[in-house]
Amino acid sequence: MKIIYPILTAAALSVATMAAADPARQAIVDFYANAAGVTDFSAEGGKSLFETTQVGGQPDTNVCTACHGTNHTDTGRTRAGKTIEPMAVSANPARFTDLEKVEKWFRRNCDTVLGRQCTAHEKGNVIAYFSSL
Amino acid sequence: MKDTVSTRYVLSTGAVAIIAGAVLAVVLFDGAPTKASDDDYFQPVQDEIVKSECSECHMAFPPGMLPARSWQKIVAGLEDHFGENASLAPVTTRHITEYLVANAADAGGNSSGVLRGLDEADTPVRISEMPWWVREHREEIRDGAFQDPRVGSKAACTACHVGAEQGVFEDD
Repeated sequence: MKIIYPILTAAALSVATMAAADPARQAIVDFYANAAGVTDFSAEGGKSLFETTQVGGQPDTNVCTACHGTNHTDTGRTRAGKTIEPMAVSANPARFTDLEKVEKWFRRNCDTVLGRQCTAHEKGNVIAYFSSL
Repeated sequence: MKDTVSTRYVLSTGAVAIIAGAVLAVVLFDGAPTKASDDDYFQPVQDEIVKSECSECHMAFPPGMLPARSWQKIVAGLEDHFGENASLAPVTTRHITEYLVANAADAGGNSSGVLRGLDEADTPVRISEMPWWVREHREEIRDGAFQDPRVGSKAACTACHVGAEQGVFEDD
């Protein structure tokens, strides 16, 4: 046990470090954690929000994957035919590193897909999901 | 000095590119340099803010494809932009409107062929509803072309017009 604990701790630390490798992304995660009053986000919650068909928004785009696709290490496509860069941080390291851009697209796309704004908790969950892929 | 040299290099490279582009245009258009009145050429967006903000979901459509009143209506309604929220900060919206209006098909009292057939009371918000667009796409497009998954939308100009981003919309 004396040996296993340090190994597990090291493994847990390295996973956390990998997911938060970019300080700019970590700052955004911290910003949403502070706004939501939580200390942790759920990748499962983010997956559910992103991949579940929603009601309340536009019928043509009632799920995030309508444009972003279901393989998040691959590109998506807008309705007007433009390529959308991958959502998975592993495939697109620039994802979630610019708060202004992140806020701009949550503001637009949550309204389009859900017919409402996303909460800070939901936004943090989505980032956790794409950081885990 | 280094900066000066590299600036010169960039400038001369740019000049070469422009000359090469002009030569290419002459070749493509059988001796006639491209100009705004040509059916197949529309000057692309020159403004960097307009170019980046208006090209995130679709190509940045040339301002000369629509009259000023259409652009004003489109930008005023970005919260519901063909079913999507494409809203921007008010200062950005204002800048984009000013640019599009100043370079619209009817800017400066111009009456280009782009406005032929358009009723003065009409304010189309889709370029594909403009009479010139309908004329240009009426006969030579095969049925179902816009439903083809590789196209998918009448807003996907580049699917067929490979030079669209450079303003060249010749028949491909």
